Amino acid sequence: MIQVKDLYKSFNGNDVLKGINITMNEGKCNLVIGKSGAGKTVLIKCMVGLYEPTKGEILYDNRDFVKMTDKERKHLRMEMGMLFQGNALFDSMTVEDNVRFPLDMFTSMTKKEKAARVDEILSRVNLKGAHKKFPSEISGGMMKRVGIARAIVQKPRYLFCDEPNSGLDPITSIVIDELIQEITLDLNITTVINTHDMNSVMGIGDKVIYIHEGEVHWEGSGKEVMTSKETELNNFVFASKFWKSIKEDQK
Amino acid sequence: MNFFYHLGRYTKTLYSLFSRPEKAAMYWKELFRQMNLIGVGSVGIISIMTLFIGAVTSVQFAYQLQGNLIPMWYIGIIVRDSLMLELAPTLSALLLAGKVGSNISSELGTMRISEQIDAMKIMGVNTTSYLIGPKVLASVLVMPLLIIFGVAFGIVGGLLVALGGTSGFTTTEFIRGLQDPIRDFDTIIMFIKSLSFAFIITSISAYQGFHTTGGVVGVGQASTRAVVYSSIVVIIADFLIAALLL
Ligand SMILES: Nc1ncnc2c1ncn2[C@@H]1O[C@H](COP(=O)(O)OP(=O)(O)O)[C@@H](O)[C@H]1O
Ligand SMILES: [Mg+2]
Repeated sequence: MIQVKDLYKSFNGNDVLKGINITMNEGKCNLVIGKSGAGKTVLIKCMVGLYEPTKGEILYDNRDFVKMTDKERKHLRMEMGMLFQGNALFDSMTVEDNVRFPLDMFTSMTKKEKAARVDEILSRVNLKGAHKKFPSEISGGMMKRVGIARAIVQKPRYLFCDEPNSGLDPITSIVIDELIQEITLDLNITTVINTHDMNSVMGIGDKVIYIHEGEVHWEGSGKEVMTSKETELNNFVFASKFWKSIKEDQK
Repeated sequence: MNFFYHLGRYTKTLYSLFSRPEKAAMYWKELFRQMNLIGVGSVGIISIMTLFIGAVTSVQFAYQLQGNLIPMWYIGIIVRDSLMLELAPTLSALLLAGKVGSNISSELGTMRISEQIDAMKIMGVNTTSYLIGPKVLASVLVMPLLIIFGVAFGIVGGLLVALGGTSGFTTTEFIRGLQDPIRDFDTIIMFIKSLSFAFIITSISAYQGFHTTGGVVGVGQASTRAVVYSSIVVIIADFLIAALLL
């Protein structure tokens, strides 16, 4: 479980996050949704320590990340995995080297153990026969899978995904969403997903948090999103004709 | 952004290189990769450059020595010593500022803007020491060797000119000059220059690349700054070393 308490972040006096309070549950996909520029990426980057919050607490099972020393943070980082919007694969390394990198860097596993783990994880994300390929040689969907594999190779307790569907076709998006959901359940991870994709909200939104201009406007389940009366959320959800028509059908 | 801000951040970046590596084996691997890239990858271009520099220097000094009371065999000493003291270290450094410096800064810059550095940081990697440390160390280790190569090729350049026989000195004269004992101090200066220039180029370029902002355009700008700043600092350091030590 991750609890974010009264989190503020500003850049040069410009407030981006204005007092965020949320709880992310274990074994669930916790979706942070909102328009672009709402502060989703900044929130996730504060949570993993790429940005220092201006104020507030981020509790990882009651351990406050913000107050930790570098050494304590490093420890906690072993329990985190992150999938970046642009994948952030190491392009000088092959797929298997990418996935093995955290193991090489932080474990004393033998070569054989590492190879076995890499195989296990790559087949977990349904990626076979791409071991020796470089990131530039594989498709966007495959890159996402490699990104996920690298994020979970150390069996993290917390997984962060920033716009996991960006740049993917609708079918691949659903496949990737479902993969993240399966992994979340399998490993009982607390997963945080930033998205503005309504398909994801309906498909895997165990818990949905709507952020607007740096503030939490609404919280609930994916299904409740459709029936909410929150004005900003309604503007967001029913911006497209498609979702508007679905709502009208429901009536 | 002012000078002192950068100086402070540069110093801080360098200071962080001294933290303990997560996994020594990974650092060794990276060190050897970098030594290969920087060292083996630069032997060719350094040899070609110093070969010609040696040739040009000997032609020009021979020209100046003509009709002079200084014996022609001095050419060997002059070419050798100017290669050792100035030409090989400084010109190689300027060349490497372009080649290695822009390479390091664009590699790190690309890693920065594509969030590869952030990805490493989240894993818990000490990114400065893993990404910058081996580059700086590798260059400091291979640079003296490259410079020795450079001096050797420069001398070969001079010899070839003598063999050509049109510049007014013979191979015997040239070799006689070369045999004049090398002052220990010259060797020391050569090594001091090699080491400091290697450090300057890689640390400045890595600093520029590591702190790249502003997307793809920023990568290009960082790489330009890397080359320009490291060249300028090399020249300033060259002067300071000469002024203080000679
Ligand atoms: N490093 C930064 N420096 C200054 N402003 C930033 C920085 N990162 C994000 N912002 C600002 O914060 C706001 C939220 O950005 P972001 O979290 O990326 O939005 P999104 O919800 O689309 O992920 C934007 O207005 C953006 O301009
Ligand atoms: Mg974003």
